[in-house]
Amino acid sequence: MDAAAIFLPLIGFLIAGLFGRWIGDRGAMGVTVTAVCTAAIISIWLFFDVALSGNERTVTLSNWIHSGEFKVDWALKFDTLTAVMLLVVNGVSALVHIYSIGYMAHDPHRARFFAYLSLFTFMMLMLVSADNLVQMYFGWEGVGLASYLLIGFWYLKPTANAAAIKAFLVNRVGDFGFALGIFTVFVLFDTVRFDAVFEQAPAIAGTSFTFLSWQVDGLTLACILLFIGAMGKSAQLGLHTWLPDAMEGPTPVSALIHAATMVTAGVFMVARLSPIFEYAPVALMVVTVVGAATCFVAATIGMTQFDIKRVIAYSTMSQLGYMFFALGVSAYSAAIFHLMTHAFFKALLFLGAGSVIHAMSNEQDMRRMGGIWRKIPWTYGLMWIGSLALAGIPLFAGYYSKDLILESAFADHSWFGDLAFWLGIAAALMTAFYSWRLIFMTFHGQPRASDEVMAHVHESPWVMLGPLVVLAIGAVAAGFVGHEVFGGAVESREAFWRDALLTLPGNDTIDAAHHVPFWVKVLPIGVGLGGILLAYLAYMVVPGLPAAVSAALRPIHALLFHKWYFDELYDAVVVRPSLWFGRRLWKSGDGAVIDGFGPDGIAQTTLNIARQAGRLQSGYVYHYAFVMLIGVAALVTWYLITLAL
Amino acid sequence: MFEIGLSHYLVVAAMLLTLGIFGIFLNRKNVIIILMSIELMLLAVNINLVAFSTHMGNLVGQVFALFVLTVAAAEAAIGLAILVVYFRNRGTIAVEDINLMKG
Amino acid sequence: MFVQAMAFYLFAFVAIASAVMVISARNPVHSVLYLILAFFNGAGLFVLMGAEFLAMILVVVYVGAVAVLFLFVVMMLDINFAEMREGFLQYLPIGALIGFILLAELIFVFGAWVAAPEASTFAGAPGRTPGAATNTEALGRLIYTDYIYLFQAAGLVLLVAMIGSIVLTLRQRQGVRRQRVADQVSRRREDVVVIRQIESGEGV
Repeated sequence: MDAAAIFLPLIGFLIAGLFGRWIGDRGAMGVTVTAVCTAAIISIWLFFDVALSGNERTVTLSNWIHSGEFKVDWALKFDTLTAVMLLVVNGVSALVHIYSIGYMAHDPHRARFFAYLSLFTFMMLMLVSADNLVQMYFGWEGVGLASYLLIGFWYLKPTANAAAIKAFLVNRVGDFGFALGIFTVFVLFDTVRFDAVFEQAPAIAGTSFTFLSWQVDGLTLACILLFIGAMGKSAQLGLHTWLPDAMEGPTPVSALIHAATMVTAGVFMVARLSPIFEYAPVALMVVTVVGAATCFVAATIGMTQFDIKRVIAYSTMSQLGYMFFALGVSAYSAAIFHLMTHAFFKALLFLGAGSVIHAMSNEQDMRRMGGIWRKIPWTYGLMWIGSLALAGIPLFAGYYSKDLILESAFADHSWFGDLAFWLGIAAALMTAFYSWRLIFMTFHGQPRASDEVMAHVHESPWVMLGPLVVLAIGAVAAGFVGHEVFGGAVESREAFWRDALLTLPGNDTIDAAHHVPFWVKVLPIGVGLGGILLAYLAYMVVPGLPAAVSAALRPIHALLFHKWYFDELYDAVVVRPSLWFGRRLWKSGDGAVIDGFGPDGIAQTTLNIARQAGRLQSGYVYHYAFVMLIGVAALVTWYLITLAL
Repeated sequence: MFEIGLSHYLVVAAMLLTLGIFGIFLNRKNVIIILMSIELMLLAVNINLVAFSTHMGNLVGQVFALFVLTVAAAEAAIGLAILVVYFRNRGTIAVEDINLMKG
Repeated sequence: MFVQAMAFYLFAFVAIASAVMVISARNPVHSVLYLILAFFNGAGLFVLMGAEFLAMILVVVYVGAVAVLFLFVVMMLDINFAEMREGFLQYLPIGALIGFILLAELIFVFGAWVAAPEASTFAGAPGRTPGAATNTEALGRLIYTDYIYLFQAAGLVLLVAMIGSIVLTLRQRQGVRRQRVADQVSRRREDVVVIRQIESGEGV
């Protein structure tokens, strides 16, 4: 039963992937949707069983690697953290599967799409239920693969292919860090199983490790390396360039992978490893700073973008920044809480955007939308709910989780906590601003689309709206329902999480968060409302304002619009040199040296020698006689010399 | 100097042999010179044989020289026949033009 | 002795000089004539050595037959020697070098050789023909007895050479009428003669 929750999507992938041609698109959809929905139901049961009733367990599946000291087995670890993640992953995946039945209705490759979605779900489930770092890495790589396959789903589009490769390569950089982290953990702990590692963590804390001839704290190094992996997967600043381009994939993919689940794998990983991160305060500081910076920068970029999906993508990046700096100030529970609520409202926003795109005949540029709120009222209302949750308006889910994070950051009373707090406040203002900018530009004002497009604007079918409604319920209720166990008193959190998350006694920032000054609790709400008001002013009341402001602040606007020039920087520093180096290795190294001394060189030398030897065949017999005579003279000379010696 | 011994004859034969060899590859003019050079070499060999025969007092050398003579005559005949046929086909006997075996 | 020596030097010098001229004369007819001169002088050397039969045979066979054959061919081929190319000098340096090396080695060998111990036994080997008065008779006694097989083989060689030359150079001319004796003999009366009854005075 436990294994079924993980492996049902795999079965769905295998059947749809291998036999898609025989069972047809409808058969593939049926198999995968059934599998994932069943898994989701089992996950709900598991949540009650493991998280609420406390039946934690580890299910060993089979041997994997037994090499000397290194033992790794396939095993599924079920604790509260796993149960929560299973709920999120399977739930959102099931809803996205159902939504895709409607969204991809006109696509000729539906079987492949659903197979890939199920593959992704399986890999993500392996990741969250992993019992050891290597199995987690397997899931990690697997979701990277599925992401590549799904971003490049419409493979005939060159931009989609490029985006898929970019995602994979940037992820790979992070994965390298992750791998180094696993190696460091193995060197320090002699094992990679979580339970064993966590047991030894207090003892190992403080051991020193030689890294490239520097003496560093072993645990800090391991945590930082592991965090680099998380940076890649969760699009933190530095390894974030792939996330906006990943919007080339179909909208359900963006909702599932790049909002709710894959990008949260990094958050999950740090939370899962909280028992060792707690002993590496330097690493936690790094996490906080990176998370805060990401949160701020992404929000600034999100204000200037025109593609509806890109705005939401930068919003995702920004919210991930929140989650990370929550982890950094040891508010692990708050981070997971925000992960869960964010999954709901971000998926809702993405799928809603998909609904808009579907209605606008595949138009994604907001500058060509507008004035459609009366025509698609359901979508409009659901987008409002998602945005309210995102902005952190009270009673909606986002309010509980986001406020908890900001209060915890403030309550940490460290310089990086304060930095995170203020950057988070600024980001909250910008978040509200661009969310309503999106709503106003998309739904209100004069229609900027062609008449033909406007004539086709229609509400989505119920197979697409149904999941949106479910997500909206989550976006509204999840915060209220869960905030006690995720962010309440110490006892209730302890009772809920038990051993899944560790917070060292002095570090419990969530507890401290309950005692922050009143203005700290109210500021996020005020900032959120301020952002909405600003957006209303700029896009509804004084429509010329945005243009005027961006003209007045042209350099800043250029910086933000070009995504802080990260892509250009990477292109100049990494991509071009790599291509140049590769070309040199190819042409000069492989071509000139290896081929030159190898096959080509030998062939050419053979030809040359043969040509020279051929010149001996002059055809003149007297030449041959002459050569024979020279031979005779040489032989006689040699004979006489040897005789004389 | 005035006592003509075996080595005198041998030196003469050696010189004739060398000249014959010269003739084979130094000439570019025509193939008949080659054939004549071969006759020269055979003459040198005959002188050698007879000189040794006289020196040893053994007639076998002269018998051998007789046979060499016979074969030389036969060879000259055939060589000239080939030359004639070659000239019929090619129209020239310039040695420089005989390079059909060029590799 | 003196006369012998002078004769030897004369014959030797002329032989070598005419050999040089053979290979360097411009006119091929001149080359052949110089070859004949070289043969004559070779025959002279043979006489000096006491092999007069061989000397005469040299003159008869070589000069009388082979050199004349050369002359025939040279004149028959109608070579336009005016356009003969002179490539002589190109190989002269290296050829001269090789030639002198060879010559020097040959002479060294002559200077350094000593008679093998078994050489004395050769003196008594089949070449001895006691009782022969002349060189010819001595040779005859040897050839027709001990070396008869080789003698016959030499004859066969000559036969083969003759057949070979004829076969090589024979060409069938088109349009030349010949007698085909076999056809003539095998003709039958029925194929050729026809009897017709003719009335007298009418014609055929």
